[in-house]
Amino acid sequence: MLRFLVRRLIVALLVAATVVTLAFMLTRLSGDLAISIAGANATQQDVEQVRRAYGLDRPLVVQFFDWVGRAALGDFGQSYFFKQRVSELIAERMPVTVTLGLVGLAIALVVSLPLGIIAAVRENTAVDRLVQLVALIGQAMPSFWLGLILMVTLGLRLGWLPISGTGSWEHYVMPGIVLAFSAIPALTRLTRSGMIQALASDYIRTARAKGLSRASILLKHALRNAAIPVVAIAAVQLGFMLGGSIVIESVFALHGVGFLAWESIGKNDFPVVQAVVLVLAVIYIGLTMLADLMNAVLDPRLRSA
Amino acid sequence: MTALLEVEGLRVAFGGRIEAVRGASLAVARGQTHCLVGESGCGKSVSALAVMNLLARRGRRTADRLAFDGADLLGLSDTAMARLRGDRMAMIFQEPMTSLNPAYTVGSQMAEVLRRHRKVTRRAALDRAAELLGRVGITAPGMRLGQFPHQLSGGLRQRVMIAMALMCDPELLIADEPTTALDVTVQAQILRLLAGLQRDLGLAILLITHDLGVVARVAHHVSVMYAGEVVESAPTASLFANPRHPYTRGLLACVPVPGKVRRDQPLGSIPGVVPRVEPGFAGCAFRDRCAHADATCAAAIPRHAAGEGHDFLCRLPPDWVQAEAAP
Repeated sequence: MLRFLVRRLIVALLVAATVVTLAFMLTRLSGDLAISIAGANATQQDVEQVRRAYGLDRPLVVQFFDWVGRAALGDFGQSYFFKQRVSELIAERMPVTVTLGLVGLAIALVVSLPLGIIAAVRENTAVDRLVQLVALIGQAMPSFWLGLILMVTLGLRLGWLPISGTGSWEHYVMPGIVLAFSAIPALTRLTRSGMIQALASDYIRTARAKGLSRASILLKHALRNAAIPVVAIAAVQLGFMLGGSIVIESVFALHGVGFLAWESIGKNDFPVVQAVVLVLAVIYIGLTMLADLMNAVLDPRLRSA
Repeated sequence: MTALLEVEGLRVAFGGRIEAVRGASLAVARGQTHCLVGESGCGKSVSALAVMNLLARRGRRTADRLAFDGADLLGLSDTAMARLRGDRMAMIFQEPMTSLNPAYTVGSQMAEVLRRHRKVTRRAALDRAAELLGRVGITAPGMRLGQFPHQLSGGLRQRVMIAMALMCDPELLIADEPTTALDVTVQAQILRLLAGLQRDLGLAILLITHDLGVVARVAHHVSVMYAGEVVESAPTASLFANPRHPYTRGLLACVPVPGKVRRDQPLGSIPGVVPRVEPGFAGCAFRDRCAHADATCAAAIPRHAAGEGHDFLCRLPPDWVQAEAAP
């Protein structure tokens, strides 16, 4: 188990290093940063001054290691636009994004676990095919489009929910639903196939031979084994959701990290962009490791391996 | 006194195409071991699963009579049947490696049987589990309770399955080839264990096997199944002394007996395989493999009595073996 963890940790560090490098390189490729910071009316002299002031005149390698060294200590520098420390900016916005991600994941699980179980119990019936169709439609639906549809119906026509902003819990419902939709198809299908496999197994026959109740057979004996891959994928999906919330946060004007990234990209505020990419990547890597750990906790056979 | 388990005219079909059991009848007496023998695909396991109402969803069972301790099982609801399973009638399987849930400890899987059928605390259920693990010959039962199935060998897992089946003190234990997947020394231990349990607890056992050596050692009564029918049924001694059905005789000829079979003499074998029988099939299903078959084998076959509790399903008369040997 310890060796397994150490190996995963090394891989995670390599992935993080790659992401750091890419985030740095891509922001440099988007044009001369000194020109865009100095603004449209700046003279050549102004640009040179900005270049020196921000250290952009140094060799790329030096800039890179300078940034990495500071980032490792949690110092992402100063935002050019907000005139605030980047780490503060992200810390302010992170709770919104995390809340949105958790709401989305909760909705996704509440919908897909029962759907998957029902489809498995009614395998190859009309119910099963209907569930699979719903999953397929969910998969095919772009999230910004679903977001707009919900805004028009639930927000404007029916007036049940606010259509933008971050004020109350109600602001998280619609974006949460949209975010959940991206995870529901995969989680439903995984629950269904896991349950079908579990229900056909010898230990379920044993559970029936023991005279256990239907609920105990389905939820205790079958779901426990079917849930192992579902839990792992759910953790990874949460990572996707935190990263993918860029689109949804901008659609719903939720002031989270995704919204911050979207604003900063538009303003070429590259310290913020780099930092957001790095932070989201590290969270994603962390969640993937968490998924492996949870697998080990749920599957006793992995624990002793 | 009526038998503990009475099965008459049991039929099981899968999807209307294959008839796996075609009118099988058998009776398991209280406190006795009844062996169900035959080749693979004869319908032995399906019959047992049908009795327990554990058939796969496509399986359909009908019977003229299916009774446990004199009470009808056919009319029972799924819930009422589940109340009986694991309590008064228990079952163990051929696959000890996969029959336990990998996600739960031995103790929790054993305890839940008792807690389902009796009002007991978890502590008391675990105590009972430990006691039974000791009873089936597992050392350090306390430690085993906390272990997961993958930490146990196949033989140990089958012992756990047996102990788990005994949690509620059942009257009937159905054992479906419980030793087939185990190595020979462990097989012998498990069989000795089952025989001992039956003697001590007065348990009735319906033992499914294709091993006639096992039958000779443990059975009180034997039913031979072929293509979904019980073709011969007899007390063990009578069956081995006077087998009447050509299929039974063929099976017995396949078993080497030390002292009787010489090294250079080939072992007997039955040509062909068990046929798949579709609904509407008439006559003897063994006729294509039988040396004694003639045109009348395609018609309805009578069941002949051949002694006390001994009958067989064949066109040949009860005394055909002696008649053949006489001239």
